[in-house]
Amino acid sequence: MSEATLLEARNLRKSFLTAAGVFAGASRGAPRQAAVDGVNLDLAPGETLAIVGESGSGKTTLARLLLRLIEPDAGEIRFGGRDLLAARGAELRRLRREMQMVFQDPFASLNPRLCVEAMVGEPLEIHEPALSRATRRERVGAILETVGLGADAMPRYPHEFSGGQRQRIGIARALVLRPRLVVADEPVSALDVSVGAQILELLQNLQREFSLTYLLISHSLPVVAQLATRIAVMRAGKFVEVGVAEHVLAQPAHPYTRALLAAVPEVPA
Amino acid sequence: MAPLLDVCQLTVELPTPSGWVRPVNDVSFQLAPGETLGLVGESGCGKTMLSLALMGLLPPGARRAGEAWLAARNAGGAGRLNVVALGDRELVALRGREIGMVFQEPMTALNPVLRIGVQVEEAIRAHLPHSGRGGSAPGPGEIGRRALQALERAAVPEPQLRARQFPHQLSGGLRQRAMIAMALAADPQILIADEPTTALDVTVQKQILELLARLRRELGLGLLFITHDLGVVAQVADRLAVMYAGRIVEEGPVVEVLRRPRHPYTEGLLRASPQLRRRKLEPIAGVVPRLDALPPGCAFEPRCPYRRAECAAAVPELRLAAPEHRARCILVEPVVEEVTR
Ligand SMILES: Nc1ncnc2c1ncn2[C@@H]1O[C@H](COP(=O)(O)OP(=O)(O)OP(=O)(O)O)[C@@H](O)[C@H]1O
Ligand SMILES: Nc1ncnc2c1ncn2[C@@H]1O[C@H](COP(=O)(O)OP(=O)(O)OP(=O)(O)O)[C@@H](O)[C@H]1O
Ligand code: SF4
Ligand SMILES: [Mg+2]
Ligand SMILES: [Mg+2]
Repeated sequence: MSEATLLEARNLRKSFLTAAGVFAGASRGAPRQAAVDGVNLDLAPGETLAIVGESGSGKTTLARLLLRLIEPDAGEIRFGGRDLLAARGAELRRLRREMQMVFQDPFASLNPRLCVEAMVGEPLEIHEPALSRATRRERVGAILETVGLGADAMPRYPHEFSGGQRQRIGIARALVLRPRLVVADEPVSALDVSVGAQILELLQNLQREFSLTYLLISHSLPVVAQLATRIAVMRAGKFVEVGVAEHVLAQPAHPYTRALLAAVPEVPA
Repeated sequence: MAPLLDVCQLTVELPTPSGWVRPVNDVSFQLAPGETLGLVGESGCGKTMLSLALMGLLPPGARRAGEAWLAARNAGGAGRLNVVALGDRELVALRGREIGMVFQEPMTALNPVLRIGVQVEEAIRAHLPHSGRGGSAPGPGEIGRRALQALERAAVPEPQLRARQFPHQLSGGLRQRAMIAMALAADPQILIADEPTTALDVTVQKQILELLARLRRELGLGLLFITHDLGVVAQVADRLAVMYAGRIVEEGPVVEVLRRPRHPYTEGLLRASPQLRRRKLEPIAGVVPRLDALPPGCAFEPRCPYRRAECAAAVPELRLAAPEHRARCILVEPVVEEVTR
């Protein structure tokens, strides 16, 4: 693996029992379906790799594998040169704090009983328990400022915020540990166009400010087109095409990519 | 051609702890046979509330004002009836028979424990003229045949197989086709589709949009198509109405409105919408105002890059900006309306 790679995955596989398999009692030979089916991926620091694909193509499963939120059936993952799948205990915790996730539904992903300060401070409490209360407050206030919310959001609860503001809280929570990699799974698909544009702009600015590497997951090619440096097109658990964003969008090589592009309804110019 | 639907100053009011709010405010538009009117606007601008008002399905406690004239087939002498003035019984008779509706998430509109075929048959049976006199009511065999026809019309492949299946056994796209079959089962003249493709993949969305375009052509349907996606509306609509905080702020031929928007809000939506072409997105500043705290004049004033002092004075009227193209903004230099109309 080259020095310049932040995240590297080889031949990742994950299958689930199908509904039929679940009813069949789920032992050997029960029908399984490959959600991620032999994916290879290299992520260079500072780039934005977008994974696009239709519902059920395996995008979220792949993201969860890459963050080791679930264990693969087979394959290798290296993060910053370390074997992520072999990591245990303190080392795993250290690797994990460098990779954070932003979710699609800001409402569902935030604990309704925690005020913003507690919610955004929680990762700090876990990963930097030695921090004094005052320092933690400062860090939380600063990151809220950075995502455009301001420290006066701290005592408030998620239901007091709009969808776009909740997405900002989710981003603040992901960034408070100063990770190197941020995986954003459909970060704007639950938002209105104007609010979505604000969040996309924020993600762009944060990437510059903190030298972040992004894995952006989306079913929307227009959204992906705004941020991605490279695009991987996923279908039925496999990448059917990976390339520089401009090329994939302008000269798609795979028929499936062409079909996806052709189906995007465009505003008349 | 006489319009199928002539909505005139329709207003909906809802009670809230902070007083009455108007999610639909002084809305007027017409819908001709075979025509598609696209209705766009961000979340909460009143799109769904408007369609529920036309269907007589408003939440309890709601008040309606204004008129919505429907060219109903069985309206009697006048040939038109005002949906806003109808009672519940008459509205039930009207739903499905004169106006059909398709929702964003078919899973919530379909009954999960009934087979698709049974649900389509129910939609047909609900609108049969009451049997008894004359004895011409179709039997179960005939209704079953009509249900299969309805599924076929919505291009459901293998309708006989699908009719025997339950909603969860169908993909999202097929469920939406089944919904369309049910909505059209009683041959309404108007179809209201509220974000019918928002939950679908683009390739499936394309198929559903093509299906709706064909049905509208073949059946002469008037289609009210609600979406927040400017690309989608460009594909399906003839005319476009843009809503903001309960009011229509711009209306006109779809390509004209999207190419030469005359209202700053429409322009803002266009600048904020991601396209396949990469460019700098420009979010609209600020947030949508709450309905219980609307600005006194133009509702868009606090966010508008072109605002002037007089914008806050009074709600601007819709002004004619070009033939058939109106915008609710003081910047519009009104063109003189043709006298012959
Ligand atoms: N925990 C699970 N148990 C069983 N099957 C699963 C599980 N998670 C995912 N799957 C299946 O794996 C496949 C891929 O799902 P995944 O959620 O990764 O797709 P996706 O590309 O993220 O789709 P979407 O765009 O709808 O979010 C699907 O067929 C899904 O049903
Ligand atoms: N029962 C209710 N009481 C008071 N206000 C309500 C009620 N239901 C909806 N509203 C308000 O009415 C307004 C219009 O809502 P509506 O559902 O029509 O918006 P929409 O344009 O369809 O939005 P979306 O794109 O999210 O579907 C919103 O501001 C909403 O908060
Ligand atoms: S009336 Fe004034 S504030 Fe409203 S959209 Fe026009 S210029 Fe902007
Ligand atoms: Mg997913
Ligand atoms: Mg709605």
